[in-house]
Amino acid sequence: MKPFTYQRAGDMSSAVATVAERPEASFLAGGTNLVDLMKMEVLTPELLVDVRHLVSHQIQDLPGGGLRIGAGVSNSELAADRRVRRGYPMLSQAILAGASYQLRNLATVGGNFLQRTRCMYFRDVTMPCNKREPGTGCSARDGQQRDLAILGASKLCVATHPSDMAVAMAALDAVVHTVGPAGERTVPVNRLYRSPSDGPERDTVLDRGELITAVEIPAAPIAARSRYRKVRDRASYAFALVSVAAAIEVGDGAVSGVRIALGGVAHRPWRATTAERELFGMPATEESFRAAAEAELAAAWPLPGNAFKVPLARNTVVGMLRALTEEAR
Amino acid sequence: MDQEITLRVDGKEHTLTVDTRTTLLDALRERLGITSAKKGCDHGQCGACTVLLDGRRANSCLVLAVANAGAEVVTAAGLADGDELHPMQRSFISHDAFQCGYCTPGQIVSAVAMLREAEAGWPSVVSEDLDADEVVLDHGEIAERMSGNLCRCAAYANIVPAIAEVARS
Repeated sequence: MKPFTYQRAGDMSSAVATVAERPEASFLAGGTNLVDLMKMEVLTPELLVDVRHLVSHQIQDLPGGGLRIGAGVSNSELAADRRVRRGYPMLSQAILAGASYQLRNLATVGGNFLQRTRCMYFRDVTMPCNKREPGTGCSARDGQQRDLAILGASKLCVATHPSDMAVAMAALDAVVHTVGPAGERTVPVNRLYRSPSDGPERDTVLDRGELITAVEIPAAPIAARSRYRKVRDRASYAFALVSVAAAIEVGDGAVSGVRIALGGVAHRPWRATTAERELFGMPATEESFRAAAEAELAAAWPLPGNAFKVPLARNTVVGMLRALTEEAR
Repeated sequence: MDQEITLRVDGKEHTLTVDTRTTLLDALRERLGITSAKKGCDHGQCGACTVLLDGRRANSCLVLAVANAGAEVVTAAGLADGDELHPMQRSFISHDAFQCGYCTPGQIVSAVAMLREAEAGWPSVVSEDLDADEVVLDHGEIAERMSGNLCRCAAYANIVPAIAEVARS
């Protein structure tokens, strides 16, 4: 690990100003991803500004429904919260499907959104990688392709975003609250991540020194019966090959509301807006579910080593929607 | 870039100066000579370094000592009450729940914390009823909740019953 200075931030504005002014500085919260990447010298910050104690550790009810979750809330606490378990089960399940209890106790909600790809070439400093070192090329496209993206990828980068939590957040239309050098703002999770074709070295639209302070989930009655399913190489404690967060409402046999987001398939949690549009008003049958999933995946651009993800994603979406509608009967 | 910190480990307070790069695991093992927590993968993937950090199980290899100044740390060695072993330690012995033993301190700390989490009603991803008040620790629940602790000897066949017995009592 490269030497660095550690600073426990005294207040939010000085923490933001410090990181905004110093390109070699980085925020530290749970550290489960950052410290690991520093050990491998994938990341080499010279200054760590510890903000874990500064950001809120509270989960609050929003007037009119919904929740405001402080960025410092641990992944464990969010997954175990009764309001989340009852009102947004897909979010609890998504968090519980990721990492281990030890890691989730350390990891924060804010940091979960900002974790870096687990693409093995990003994590191997001896290999070219446009995300780690812009302009050096992508080793993954002609390498081990099993974990790579099938949607929204670019010739520059085919890495996937590793978060499970963010997939549920995308399906729930969650909104991230930030404070940065230009003040406070909000960013919907579905607009938080940048396309790799715009330069894969920057994962998100956040500015240097901009810090996630909270995330708000709007009221969503549809989410009370929702779930998250993760398909992976091991039964537990592995990243997703494909994951699906889904919720569906049916009235008089027709789909009256639907939320679908996919994980493990793109550089960001992939909100399946095409499938949702296709399904709205259609009969809640397996044929409709299949057609909608296929419409979403028509844009897929798989590599030989990850082409299996296309039928896997389709079947997982269909299976989830079928299970949810059968349960509701 | 040294910094002075205080850690309370297994009930005893220590003040030490550490390089900022020192993980909690290295501070315990290399600086304080407390070798109960083990270094396996050093990347948060194996769980051998599991300790209770302010009461919650955590991978001590992934946290910086300087970021945890003042923390209360409990290792497997600190679970015993003097010469009286913790029930989880006794159960691991009576079930022969290890072969080489390297992962065992992490397994035991993790299992003790897991029982507390289950008592608090925390669900797991395999819980049938996510909103249940009471967690029934069957084989599937224990396996899932312990999946952050790997055993290279694959002593799982005895680890799960060892934990299940303490969970029942």
